[in-house]
Order: sequence, then structure tokens, then C-alpha cells
Amino acid sequence: MSQDIALQVNNLRVSYMTGGQEVKAVDDVSFSLYPGERLGVVGESGSGKTTLALALMRLHKPPAYIMGGEALLDGSDILALEREAMRQTRWSKLSLIPQGSMNSLNPVVKIKHQMADAIEAHERGWTRGRIAKHIGELLGRVGLPDSVAEMYPHELSGGMKQRVCIALAIILEPSVIIADEPTSALDVVVQRVVMQTLNDVQEQLNAAMIIIGHDMGLMAQSADRLAVMYAGKMVEVAPISSFFSDPQHPYSQLLISSLPSPEEKRELAAIPGSQPSLLELPSGCAFHPRCPIAEERCKQEIPLLRNISVDRRAACHLVEV
Amino acid sequence: MKQAYFVRRLVMFVVVVILAATLNFIIPRLAPGDPIGAVLEELRARGASTGGDAEDEIVAAYRARFGLDQPIHIQYFRFLFNTLRFDLGYSISYYPQKVERALLRALPWTVGLLALSTLISFAAGSFFGAMMAWPRAPGFLRRFVPMFMVLSAVPYYLLGLILIYVFAFVLRLLPLGGAYSSGTVPRLDLDFLLDVARHGILPALSIVLTSVGFWALGMRGVMVTVLGEDYLTLAEAKGLSERRIFFGYAMRNALLPQVTALAIALGTVASGAVLVEVVFNYPGIGWLLYNALRSSDYYMVQGVTFCLILTVAVSVLVVDMIYPLLDPRIER
Repeated sequence: MSQDIALQVNNLRVSYMTGGQEVKAVDDVSFSLYPGERLGVVGESGSGKTTLALALMRLHKPPAYIMGGEALLDGSDILALEREAMRQTRWSKLSLIPQGSMNSLNPVVKIKHQMADAIEAHERGWTRGRIAKHIGELLGRVGLPDSVAEMYPHELSGGMKQRVCIALAIILEPSVIIADEPTSALDVVVQRVVMQTLNDVQEQLNAAMIIIGHDMGLMAQSADRLAVMYAGKMVEVAPISSFFSDPQHPYSQLLISSLPSPEEKRELAAIPGSQPSLLELPSGCAFHPRCPIAEERCKQEIPLLRNISVDRRAACHLVEV
Repeated sequence: MKQAYFVRRLVMFVVVVILAATLNFIIPRLAPGDPIGAVLEELRARGASTGGDAEDEIVAAYRARFGLDQPIHIQYFRFLFNTLRFDLGYSISYYPQKVERALLRALPWTVGLLALSTLISFAAGSFFGAMMAWPRAPGFLRRFVPMFMVLSAVPYYLLGLILIYVFAFVLRLLPLGGAYSSGTVPRLDLDFLLDVARHGILPALSIVLTSVGFWALGMRGVMVTVLGEDYLTLAEAKGLSERRIFFGYAMRNALLPQVTALAIALGTVASGAVLVEVVFNYPGIGWLLYNALRSSDYYMVQGVTFCLILTVAVSVLVVDMIYPLLDPRIER
């Protein structure tokens, strides 16, 4: 079984230490990722999605610290690797498609050099010719002409830049790709096309992919499974179709009822209240002040993420198993 | 597109030089009186007998000789033509020496001392500033910030005086001033070059020490901004070595505004040279200007001014030509 898991995250905790206080941005998160699978991670701003992505690549910066947990990739815990070993792991096994793709490329270096240095940093011993050929081939795979290699980032449109980032992410054929809001800087039309490109190259590689975002429509199209984060915790993990047809956690239910639907014209439901400050989390279940069905128990006990069926998990006291 | 950029810069350069020459022509002529009249005044003050037809004839002869009898536009074009040929007239104090000869003799000293120490200061300061902002650099580097702030607030002639007092007067390690030991003849051999270097240490040090803080603090500021950019996160995610990220991604981008500042600094450093050269008795452009002003040597002052403007224009032109290589976004 463990052979079939691309990435296994256990009890990951990431905190920001501010003013002598510990703010738990990612709190006891565990999940498995299977080869070829696309796991969507959704949540409001500040729910810990991006912190999770950065911590998995160990790119978090102080005052963020990993407080505990493990992330098993290819048989080793990447959270415990030495600096040099981690550097070698990055990109060759675990790559990133960044959030702000508008600014993710070095503005004064040609695209081909920015792609080549990723290969050179991992000492594959490739010849210049082979690197150039590989870059050309990758650009083709993401639907860009060869000439892009000779260009600078400012000569490309936003969609083209994001395609370059996708090509870059698969340059060393990693087993896991983390896409942090890969399309949030693009307009709707380009979003779909770029997302399709991303899905295609991921399938060709049979890489596992974590897609972070808040666009439920995009998730519905791309992800195989969906994980919902709320105030640093995963509150529900479910296959995409059953998540939309039968959400279990009250927060998931409210999320889905707040989505517009062309079939029925109704007033969109809003989730009452706002996400709590991570500095002063409510006792018990962090969602209870906004939860329509909260009970006395929810104010006292923190619900654990537990299995509610073969392929679904939810963290709510009131969900029937 | 590339050629258009270079042509535009070149045209700009020519326009600046012509404008500078024009100002150089106009400003002295705005002063009341004329040079011949001024000389006559001086002669009268010394008690020379004047008056009569003889004086008028002499005045007319001198006016004709200096071309002052011509209409103003003819004078202007003649002046412009001469200036652009780098014919800057005769020095009054060192008559019959030509101004451009004195300039050409002084220029290498100024360029050698000031350009070199500015470039050293720029390189060292930028690297130091970048390291001060780098999170994994040794922590003691950050303690230099207050020292740099203090140093960049000290005027370099003041630091120069202190250095002279300590190293030349009290410790007697280095010469008090000049560009080479008096009595030696300038020639290209090792002894002479070592002598020049020994004389250059203190003036160069006073410039480097007082300006390195400016470069370091500026670089540190830009570097902090660049370190927050997304492309740095991606560079790290790519698993690049720290050295490669530092030089190829962080410093490479943070240097761009520094280079612009360098162009301006290289220009102003020539005019700021006056005081350093006076303090150290260094035979450069600044020293020339100081002496010309003291002896009302107008043509020499004009020549030095034009030369300084030319230095600024040339250094800006050089940086403009190099800049597209550093930042491809500029070529539009």
C-alpha cells in the first residue's frame, strides 16, 4: 500500500511565532496523495492553504516554523532532510507552480536560462544540446512556440508566463506537483485553458498534484478529491463528486449552497460571520460560532478528522458515520 | 528597436554637450562690461595713463583680436565650433598655455583617483549591502549598518583631513599630499607606479570610506524588496544553490537601480573632486579649478566647467549603453 502513495503527510503543524505568541496556521493536518491523483485544497484566505504548500517545500520563512509532523516522499521524511538533501529533493521530486505567476520569473533573465538552471542545479550531467532540446520539447507540450525560450518574461502575456511556469514545473519530471492558485492571476477564459494544459501534463507524467485555490468551479473540473481547510485544520476530505452531491461538514454544506447555479434562481446563501482570527480561536470546534447546527459539545471538544465512509473523512461531532 | 534606442541616446548626448557649451558661452556674457574693459579698469587702477585716440585704437585692436567686434551670433558659432574641436582658448594665469593642455594633463589624475575609488566603493558597498540583507549571512554584518550611516554623513574632505593628520602627520606612514614625490619624473615604471599608489591611498580612502555607506545602505534597501519577490521563492523552490540565487537572482535585480545611481555619482564625483584634491594637493581637475577661480582665470574656469559637464554626459551615455544588457525591459 505504501508503495502506491506519492506523498504521505502526517500531523503536520506549522505556526507563526508573533509577539511571543504561537499562531497555528496549519494545525495537525494529515493526508495521503496517490500517484496521478489531483487533490484540491480549498479554504478561505488565511485558512492555511498556502502555508501548507510552502511548508511542504520547506519554503516557509520566519516567523513561520514547522512545529511537528512528517511528510514522507519517496521513503524519506522531507521535513527532516538536511539542507543540501532538501535542495536536491526540490524540483526533482517535488515542484511548485507559484501563485503570483506574473512575478515568478526573473525579469532580467531569458526563459531558456531560467529553465536550464533548474536542470543544472540538479547535476544531471546533461549536455547543452540535450538541455536546449528538452526545453524546446517542454515548451511545445504546454502549447508555446520554441521562440519563447529566447524571450524575457516581460515579452510574454500572463497566460504564457503561467505556461512557462508549468513547463518549468515538469522539467525534472517530479512525482508531486504543488500548484498554488495556479490560475488566480488570469482571466476566466485563459484560466480554463491553462488549467487544461496543467492537467494534461500532469496526466502524462502520472504525477500527483495538489491544487490550492478557492475557485470551486475550477476544482469541480480538475480535482479528483477535495480537501476543505478551515482555520488551519482540514475539516473534510472527499471525492469530488460525492463532495458536491452530499457534503458532510456544515462548513462544506454552506460553501456549496453559496455557489450560484443556473438551474435555480435563488438568493445566494452567505456563511454568517467571518473566519475567526487565528490568534483567538474559539474553544472546541473552530467553526461553532458560525455553525447553524452547533451544540453544547461543539463549544468544548475539538472534533477530529475521522473516517465516515471508505473514502471520506470529516471533522464534525454531528456527522453520522 | 535596439538601434533606435542607441541612436536616441547618442543624439541626446550631442544635444546635452551643445547645450552645455551654449550655457558656457552665455553665462559669462551676462556679466556687465566686457573682458577688454575689465583689463583696462585694472590698468587704470594700477595708475597707467589712459585716454585719447591711442586707447580707442588699442581697444579696437584687442576686440578684433578676440573676435569681440563680430556680431554676437558669429561669436557664438565660432565659440561653439572651437569648443567642439576642444579648443578652449588660452589660460590667463599660465599664458600662453592652452586651457585644453592643462585639462588633459590634469584629467588622468582625477579620473584615475576618483573614478577608481568610486568604482571600488560601488562594488564593495553593493556587495556588502546585499550581504546585510541576505537572511543567511553572518549576523555580525548587520552591526555595520550604524557605522555606515555615520560614515556616509561625514564629508570626505573632513575625513581626508583626519586621515592626513593621523597617517601622514603623526604616524608618518604615507605622504602628506601630491600625486607623486616631488623631484621624480612621471614615467611608466614600477617605482613610479608604486609611488603614485602610495600617494593615492589616503585620498582614495577618504572617498571610499565616506561613500561606501551610501552604496551599502542603498543596496540593502533594494535587496530587501527583491528578496520578497515571487521569483526568489521560485528560484529556491527550483533547488538552486544559495550562491546562484544570491548572485543570479537577488543581486542581479537589486543592482539595477544602483547602476543608475552610479552614472549620476560618476558625474558628480568629478565636481566633488575639488575639495579632495585641494585637501590632498592633488594635481587634478578640481585643483585646477580651485586655482583658476583664485586667479580669475575665466577661460580656465570655462574649460573646467565644460570638461565636468562632458564627464557627466559621457558617464551617463556609457551607462545608458550598458543598461539594456543589464535590464532588457529598458529597450522600449
